[in-house]
Amino acid sequence: MAGKQESSKDLVDLLRRMWLIRAFEEKVSALYAERQIVGLLHLGIGQEAVAVGVCGLLRQDDFVFGGHRSHGHALAKGADVNRLMAEIAGRATGYCGGKAGSMHIVALDAGFITATGVVGGTIPLALGAAFAAKEKEQGQVAVVFFGDGAGQAGPFHESLNIASLWQLPVIFVCENNGYAEFTPLSAHTKVERLAQHAKTYGIPSSTVDGNDLVAVRSATSKALEIARARKGPVFIECLTHRLRGHYEGDPAKYRELSQLSEWKKKDPIGRFARLLKSKKMMTDKGLQAIESEARARVEEAAGFSLSSSWPASEEVATQVTTINFQPFSG
Amino acid sequence: MSEQTFLEAIRAGLHEEMSRDSAVYVFGEDVALGGPFGVTKGLAEDFGTQRVVNTPISEGTVMGLAIGAATAGLRPVIEIMFIDFITLALDQLVNHAAKLYYMSGGQLAIPLTVRVQCGISGAMGAHHSQSLESWLAHVPGLQVVMPSNPADAKGLLKTAIRDDNPVVFIEHRGLYWGRGDVPNGDHLVPIGQAAVLHAGEQVTIVALANMVGAALAAADELADSGISVEVIDPRSVSPLDIGTIVESVRKTGRMVVAHEAVEQGGVGAEITAAVQQHALYYLDAPILRVAAPFAPVPASPALEKEFLPGQKRIVQSVKKLFAHS
Repeated sequence: MAGKQESSKDLVDLLRRMWLIRAFEEKVSALYAERQIVGLLHLGIGQEAVAVGVCGLLRQDDFVFGGHRSHGHALAKGADVNRLMAEIAGRATGYCGGKAGSMHIVALDAGFITATGVVGGTIPLALGAAFAAKEKEQGQVAVVFFGDGAGQAGPFHESLNIASLWQLPVIFVCENNGYAEFTPLSAHTKVERLAQHAKTYGIPSSTVDGNDLVAVRSATSKALEIARARKGPVFIECLTHRLRGHYEGDPAKYRELSQLSEWKKKDPIGRFARLLKSKKMMTDKGLQAIESEARARVEEAAGFSLSSSWPASEEVATQVTTINFQPFSG
Repeated sequence: MSEQTFLEAIRAGLHEEMSRDSAVYVFGEDVALGGPFGVTKGLAEDFGTQRVVNTPISEGTVMGLAIGAATAGLRPVIEIMFIDFITLALDQLVNHAAKLYYMSGGQLAIPLTVRVQCGISGAMGAHHSQSLESWLAHVPGLQVVMPSNPADAKGLLKTAIRDDNPVVFIEHRGLYWGRGDVPNGDHLVPIGQAAVLHAGEQVTIVALANMVGAALAAADELADSGISVEVIDPRSVSPLDIGTIVESVRKTGRMVVAHEAVEQGGVGAEITAAVQQHALYYLDAPILRVAAPFAPVPASPALEKEFLPGQKRIVQSVKKLFAHS
């Protein structure tokens, strides 16, 4: 089990990372409410244990792909807080110079290859990175995060088939948060556990409590043994819940308040904090300090972002390709 | 120089680039077996099925896989067997391959070549005969090339594979068995440069892919009627070499654009718009387009013949331009 071999510092660092993501997303939400950040934002508040549980065990050079709700995945993989916030704020200092925004983050220095605005769109990309990693024999794996809504898309099934057929070192991480946009999973499929699809394609799989960091790490650790040994793909379904709407501004009326309060009790940060306390690795004072540090760090990122320049107007049509084609001018 | 078919020239280009660069991989349905027309025949024998990879019939996912492999250091060449099936892969091609370099602010180049076969021949009907280059040319971030002869096919393919951006390489099926001289050695043709294939003074015919042959034949026929024709093959529809076309039209004062795709919204419209912008006052007659009717491609050989634009319609259109002079 991953948890037992770890030093207390390592475990506390995981809590720090979850808090950083939580504080980051809450700050983004606040800035959105103030209209200092605009755009279409999908926050993963409540799902931090999946991002940190998986990415905390990866190498810097492993390939991670996200979806439309992936600020947390990028941060968990090690993306720079300032550049990520600045990107979401559309500033020149952002990772992508403001051309990506919230949904299409690329943080290559951290091995976060790309997110996407198309549900399930990066699943095939992860196969390709895994194929290349296998060919180049440098031991990397590819990890792709996607939601339960992707499980009804064609590329999901095609990808599971090819990953299995070619025994690619890819780890599929399904964040089953129960809702595809505004609709519960039960209205989209009769398949209750998406890990069942993995079984169909002969891929080892597990369904874990995605709000339990230790459970996610344990499943990831087993998956990595298989993928690093080039013994094929692995599928991990993490049952979780987003505590915000599908997008910022979504009143989420489709969700019962009782359901929300149940999930709040299962908040992954609180759970892991309680675990650390029970193991005498953390005190209340220490927990307070971690939260304060995280909030201070994202305040700094917000300050950096909002004081950064907007992209220059001439950037509008640069970097379309690596070649700068000059239009005919007469 | 050596004489080769269009198909052999493509195969030779693939072989040379795979020999030159171990990062070049070929993916596609039945590619290790040569594919339905034998373009990739022999590659698996020389480079192994690890680099010439047969895929399931999952165009969208294989396109995405090739893009992902490109992000991780490979230089994939993916074959879509018929352009009609590129519809299944457009999400990945348009939303990821074309946009990742821009969206990533230049962090992530996608060196991807998409080989795809198109066009009408052999009464294959509406799902195996389309010409969809204008859809692709509408997407920023994609380069779209459409060779008309074996030498350009080889030279453009080699350039496409070495290019750090996604290039869609469209092969018209009707050209596969046509022969032509191909330069020996490392023959490269730049993307985005039109070729003037027949010099003339009174009318410019801009033709794509298999319409180039029809235009050259029309030029010979029209010469008998005393009309001097210049034939231009853009070779790439994105980027489009407007300069060469405009220069020609400023000289000739007349233009016909010929392509096998349907007329509405076709590349001919783009060329026409550019020429009116840059050469309107040089024109002696309206610009005419020779293209397919606005209908799906019919299966019956009788209807297919009716559908297909060619030499006869090009000649008729050119003669119309001279009717009042």
